Amino acid sequence: MGYSNKTKQIYTDQLDAIAAAGLFKQERFIHSSQAADIEVEFPSGSAVKKVINICANNYLGLSSHPAVIKAAHEGLDTRGYGMSSVRFICGTQDIHRELEQKMTEFLGTEDTILFPSCMDANAGVFEAILTQDDVIISDRLVHASLVDGIRLCSAMHDTFKHSNMEHLEEKLQLHADKRLKLVVNDGIYSMDGDMAKVDELVALCEKYDAMLLIDESHSSGFIGKTGRGTHEHYGMMGRVDIITTTFGKALGGASGGCVSGRKEIVQMCRQKARPYLFSNTIAPVVVAGVLKVLDILNESTERRDKLERNAAYWRKGLTEAGFILKEGESPIVPVMLFNAKLAQDVSRDLFAEGVYAVGFFFPVVPNGQARIRTQISAGHEIHHLDKALEAFIKVGKKYEILGKSKQEIIDRYGQ
Amino acid sequence: MPDLNEMKEVILKYVINEYAEEDDDVTFDTPLISGGLVDSFSMVSLKRFLEVKYKISIPDERATPDAFDNVSKIAALVQEYL
Repeated sequence: MGYSNKTKQIYTDQLDAIAAAGLFKQERFIHSSQAADIEVEFPSGSAVKKVINICANNYLGLSSHPAVIKAAHEGLDTRGYGMSSVRFICGTQDIHRELEQKMTEFLGTEDTILFPSCMDANAGVFEAILTQDDVIISDRLVHASLVDGIRLCSAMHDTFKHSNMEHLEEKLQLHADKRLKLVVNDGIYSMDGDMAKVDELVALCEKYDAMLLIDESHSSGFIGKTGRGTHEHYGMMGRVDIITTTFGKALGGASGGCVSGRKEIVQMCRQKARPYLFSNTIAPVVVAGVLKVLDILNESTERRDKLERNAAYWRKGLTEAGFILKEGESPIVPVMLFNAKLAQDVSRDLFAEGVYAVGFFFPVVPNGQARIRTQISAGHEIHHLDKALEAFIKVGKKYEILGKSKQEIIDRYGQ
Repeated sequence: MPDLNEMKEVILKYVINEYAEEDDDVTFDTPLISGGLVDSFSMVSLKRFLEVKYKISIPDERATPDAFDNVSKIAALVQEYL
């Protein structure tokens, strides 16, 4: 037997160490569809409990929208369940190309290529377009999928301090002689909810002849006046060279992602991006659902407008209650608790009060930056937010953290 | 040829600006790689900075974690290629 006791012990030791550090992740089983109100079995084997969900990426509340479900059903009926192929052999249907064209129009780019996920898009794009003669300069807080994609690429990799444009400019000067330069950012940073300075990034990239890539996974569908993303927010449509984004969050929440941008870059991905070439095409049922999502968003900005109002209402309520928040305008509202155990305890108590919100701590966020990350949705009604706020205040009072400064919380609970 | 002490100051300033947190006390002999302040990915950009700043080329085989482990060692390495 290849899996000896010695081998087994190596893994059990590692798993024990993860558990001992309080970092063992346990999944909660949801017995309903994704929505503001969900039914959750947690811990495993316990009775199903109805709770308000404030930790989904379901920003526009479209994950279980009747029109999206209907369109997905129709896609299933007319195009089948699976394609049993990668795109370039026999996995491209008319609706795959239709979705690529609609995403191109939606994002205001030149062309788009679909990937099984945005993780795959980010894993594939760098290696497809850059070589060892080139340099990638990324913000130090970009998403893990971008970091992994950059590591798979032979180009030199350098970083700049988070959102520090002076530091980026120094790096662009340092690498001025490289054949190609690519600056990499998130549009909205998923852990802090802050927005990249896209206007300044575009200006610097144009000044130093560098390409700009922005991952819009936490902004596509709702940031900007018509929800196109951070490039729309800053009036930079058409000036971001590469956008990667996901269909797994605001745009229906199922799965899939894309690279959208300059025509030649998209063509290079179609020829060379390994996650595109060597993994299955997106299932027709998902493509049909995303097409309907785009129709809904093109018809009206009602949902992103409601999301904006909900996020402002939630942020105001938590602030007035005395919680410390990460500043920002996005629907990602991190409630800062600084201590990992406190974050876990607060999350557990919120669940007992009927609110599902998860604690984040090292290594997902830096040491001493533990938090409850709340995410607001257009699927929330005011009564959801009021009830969740009531629960937060009750739990906040229990731990005596309301109105306390960061230092006071750290003094009491540690960092 | 640049003065060694001056060079050490320049490199130390770059390292502090690039990698140190507010409460890190970094000196000429602080272990950078083995101390966890600079990771192997960041080493690439540090090497790049030295090459551009001093107009030299450090062979990859000489740019080892040991040779880059503190500012004094880095300055000594740069001196070899001036």
